[in-house]
Amino acid sequence: MPDADTTTDVTGAAPDGRKRLVSGPGLLLVWLYGVMVVGAVSRSAYQISTEFDRAPLAYSLSAVAALAYAFITYSLVRGGETARRAALVCCAAELAGVLAVGTWTVLRPEAFPDTTVWSQFGMGYLFIPVILPITGMLWLRRRRTPDA
Amino acid sequence: MLDALTVAIGVAALALAAWCGHAAWRDQPTKDWHFIGMAVVTVLVLAQLVIGLVKLAQGEKPDEGTVIFVAYLVGAFAAVPAAGMLSLTERTKWGSVTVAAGAVVLAVLEVRLYDIWGTTGA
Repeated sequence: MPDADTTTDVTGAAPDGRKRLVSGPGLLLVWLYGVMVVGAVSRSAYQISTEFDRAPLAYSLSAVAALAYAFITYSLVRGGETARRAALVCCAAELAGVLAVGTWTVLRPEAFPDTTVWSQFGMGYLFIPVILPITGMLWLRRRRTPDA
Repeated sequence: MLDALTVAIGVAALALAAWCGHAAWRDQPTKDWHFIGMAVVTVLVLAQLVIGLVKLAQGEKPDEGTVIFVAYLVGAFAAVPAAGMLSLTERTKWGSVTVAAGAVVLAVLEVRLYDIWGTTGA
């Protein structure tokens, strides 16, 4: 956590003036995104480096998911209006990705010799991949204006 | 030995999750006692990490491969301390919720570790 501000500033202004996105429920969100980053990055790095030929599509999609998670986590930690908007767009893209890949894996399982992070809508990850972008977007929308 | 410890950590992690979840439900941040609980769980996971590495050094092979086994051991070791540190920056019930979520993640990792280690050792 680069943000050394330990006061519970619920109005959300960081010391440098950026709007904090990591407060209250946002902390839980960052934690879950962080877990998904570690999970997706290490999983795709391992699979791509050791057995990429077995399921190139599945492993590439996992890598894309990992990038999306990493970017959203970074945006949330960084805070500020630009980061909030960028994270919102990425959450929407992530949700679209989960739904598309999830449907794809259900309809055409033969295209996926191995599972991806987003297979069956993220069932292997307790459906967190499909729940997370929705809660993420709800949270980011609520943080839209500082009520100025 | 390793299997017993894995099961024990899984149970301890769920207990920690319930405890911190209870604190969140009562609208309380994590307190000293919670951090002691996190420390106990972390010591158990550290012991698991050491025993796991010793067993690997002795030549035992996890069912699903050494790299995955070590990655999960390290991930399990990091989960609760990381969530605990986050909860220090958020002195509201959301800090407690985050630690509870971290403990659940640890419990899931232990289930996976149980499978990854498999039946070779025990």
